[in-house]
Amino acid sequence: MAASARSVESSSFLSQGSDWNFDLIERYDLALGRLAASYGLDTYPNQIEIIRSDQMMDAYSSVGMPIGYSHWSFGKHFVDVERSYQRGQMGLAYEIVINSDPCIAYLMEENSITMQALVIAHACYGHNSFFKGNYLFRTWTDASAIVDYLVFAKGYIAQCEERHGVLEVEQLLDGCHALMNYGVDRYKRPHPISPEAERLRQAERADYVQRNLNTLWRTLPDSKKVVDTQNKVVFPSEPQENLLYFIEKNAPLLEPWQREVVRIVRKMAQYFYPQRQTQVMNEGWATFWHYTLLNGLYDQKLVDDAFMIEFLTSHTAVLFQPSFDHPGYSGINPYALGFAMFSDIRRMCERPTDEDREWFPQLVDTDWREALDTAMRNFKDESFILQYLSPKVMRDLKLFGIVDDDAQEHLEVAAIHDAGGYRRVRELLASQYNLGDREPNIQIVEVDTQGDRSLLLRHTRHARRPMGSTTDAVLEHLQRLWGFPVRLDSV
Amino acid sequence: MSYIVDRRLNSKNKSAVNRQRFLHRYRKHIKKAVADAVDGRSITDMDRGEEVVIPGDDISEPTFQHGSGGERSHVHPGNKEFVAGDQIKRPGGGGGSGTGQASNQGEGMDEFVFQLSSEEFLEFLFNDLELPNLTKRQLKGNASFKYERAGFSSDGVPAKLSVSRSVIQAKARRIALTAEPKRLLEAVQEKILEAQRLGDEVGYARYLQEALQLERRIKRIPFIDTNDLRYKLHQKRPLPTSQAVMFCLMDVSGSMDQPIKDMAKRFYLLLYMFLQRHYERTEVVFIRHHTVAKEVDEQEFFYSRETGGTVVSSALELMADVVDERYSPDEWNIYAAQASDGDNWNDDSPRCTKLLTERLLPLVQYFAYVEITQRDHQALWREYQGLANQYPDVFAQRHIRQLADIFPVFHDLFHRRSAA
Repeated sequence: MAASARSVESSSFLSQGSDWNFDLIERYDLALGRLAASYGLDTYPNQIEIIRSDQMMDAYSSVGMPIGYSHWSFGKHFVDVERSYQRGQMGLAYEIVINSDPCIAYLMEENSITMQALVIAHACYGHNSFFKGNYLFRTWTDASAIVDYLVFAKGYIAQCEERHGVLEVEQLLDGCHALMNYGVDRYKRPHPISPEAERLRQAERADYVQRNLNTLWRTLPDSKKVVDTQNKVVFPSEPQENLLYFIEKNAPLLEPWQREVVRIVRKMAQYFYPQRQTQVMNEGWATFWHYTLLNGLYDQKLVDDAFMIEFLTSHTAVLFQPSFDHPGYSGINPYALGFAMFSDIRRMCERPTDEDREWFPQLVDTDWREALDTAMRNFKDESFILQYLSPKVMRDLKLFGIVDDDAQEHLEVAAIHDAGGYRRVRELLASQYNLGDREPNIQIVEVDTQGDRSLLLRHTRHARRPMGSTTDAVLEHLQRLWGFPVRLDSV
Repeated sequence: MSYIVDRRLNSKNKSAVNRQRFLHRYRKHIKKAVADAVDGRSITDMDRGEEVVIPGDDISEPTFQHGSGGERSHVHPGNKEFVAGDQIKRPGGGGGSGTGQASNQGEGMDEFVFQLSSEEFLEFLFNDLELPNLTKRQLKGNASFKYERAGFSSDGVPAKLSVSRSVIQAKARRIALTAEPKRLLEAVQEKILEAQRLGDEVGYARYLQEALQLERRIKRIPFIDTNDLRYKLHQKRPLPTSQAVMFCLMDVSGSMDQPIKDMAKRFYLLLYMFLQRHYERTEVVFIRHHTVAKEVDEQEFFYSRETGGTVVSSALELMADVVDERYSPDEWNIYAAQASDGDNWNDDSPRCTKLLTERLLPLVQYFAYVEITQRDHQALWREYQGLANQYPDVFAQRHIRQLADIFPVFHDLFHRRSAA
């Protein structure tokens, strides 16, 4: 007993071997937390939860949230994940982390202590600080309220199912889910969601909306009055891009509880909106920090070589970027791109080349921690790439841009990683991450308040791209929500 | 600052609800897959899961998306020989206009495949089937009792001593028995003080003596007494259980070859699995017969070969005897399935009818006869036809020609009848 105690004391390593226990996790967390603080990472408190692999699958299928309302699509997701996992086609992610305060991170019990440390560094300090710092998350999500709101949403929807039947609620949710990407405010900060206030205001709001609606629809066509085509009041007065919000507030036939369900889906969409725009940055940031922090532990002689080898194996596997002609290629790996860019920012601050002095004079010879912090706080994927993608990263990844114009017979290589092409490649890559380009631009332009109450949507084409084959199905959903005919004009 | 929480003990199957919703939504597809599987696979491995394929179109969750066409750009990694301005042939061969190819693209068109668990498989398999005549469902089985707490008793074995109850009891007894002397004591003590104050030496001594006596009396009351002991009382309560016995009767005369026996076996297996789902306890009795009947074990039932003529009544008689001897109809739900190629001694058939009407049909929940033959209906079928008309609730007969008929016939026999 005494001998073994001494041997642990004599080595400075936090752990030996691959088994983990709660004591070890606590020690690693403490060491990593100290290190992270010394780098100036500002985080929410962490709540580290150890779970089994089947619980991880549960978490997966509920889009990572600890609790959610019931819907068949989550079940579909679940059986899909379960099947691929059981067949060994897919490993489960090592971690899931939730943008909440405290920040909840899941650790799987099957992982070795090395992996647990990696996950703690990645999720509890990397992602966590990103959630707390990035402007999109600060503006659009309310970390302290989300879990409570989810509890409210689950309870409310369960209640609706009891009162109005599972099928009814399911159809409503199907419709809302189809329009989920069009349920976000892009320019206006939403009111913070506080579940208590939510519950209190809910009845009041339902009442108010219903009353307001009546004002809008009260005007029966007056046969005596000559319709004044010149001064016809167009409703809505300006085009609306938040389709779900418009439905919630203006759909004539929805019951109050249905409006509330639309609202819940809208709130969820809003909550996930920043995540969809910061994939590269978020993962890159977290990867950069687990790499930096674990190397920091190694430098302090807190972990041994075996630890580092296991860590690096998994680190490089995550960062693997197959080239475009590789059979496993499925687009750009956000981990690889993000990590390369953040590492490169640090490199440009510390060891700039002449090229960097020319391209990024504002970074050269500044404190890399500050430079990184600024980049993390003030950008989303699109602007981050536009601002920080350096020629060196483009060369390392051998990026090239292809333009596919259906008016031309051939695809054209627009630009490659050479002096003449850096800016073009960078622009093309940035636009690839622009949600506005990726999703069709659809807005509500007019409701025929005097006639058949039909809803007119306008699709503004970007680069002559037509709507996809699923459009009709979505319009059907929209029509069910709106209650009257829906038309889509593509211009 | 971090909190570390162990969630591994949290309940399993958080997604069970969503999974059920999903299965419910696509039950049509799943039912079809299950039905196909029953045709396809051997019935011996019926209780395993099944892969279900759902066309991507039916299951996709549509969103607004761009179709192909127009001008788009992509950035890819891993450039090898391209330089700016290179023209590359479109992958996939289709050159030219591009507007024509917009149709068969788009995501979510792939088939969606998932695994149905064995339990879910059986659930779907037997979904709309039910056992007829479940009259004796709740029965007293002889082996199942449950011990239940039934309050406390004043005697029992030391292992069941309830300490807290005993102490409460003792405390109550002590309060009750000491109340009187304590009150007296208080009075005496007052008198002692009184005597002291008045200087009454004699009275003082007498009262002191009295007080001592009272104190001794209080002390003599035991802290705990045998009367105080309380024991937890458990009572044996019989549990209603349902149990069933299934009689498999099969003709093993020379005319029954192995393929026919195989089909019979599959039918029995289905029936067995079905019964198992309904009863906590299911027993099987195998009776085979040619000219004489014999109760045998499963192996012998299905695989040993016999030759000779056929006397069906021998099996029915044996079954009736076994029921009398071992399976009282008061306690058992009795099901019987008879498989045969339909041959019988002509003289014997009326005897079968008589046996069935008089001895067996009053006892059984259900008697199913399947005739497995490629030929037309045989003697036994015609004989039984009258029974089927006379007792439509308990007796049914069906004809199986080939393997693929088995499940439909089974389904037909146990199809849920709409509530009359």
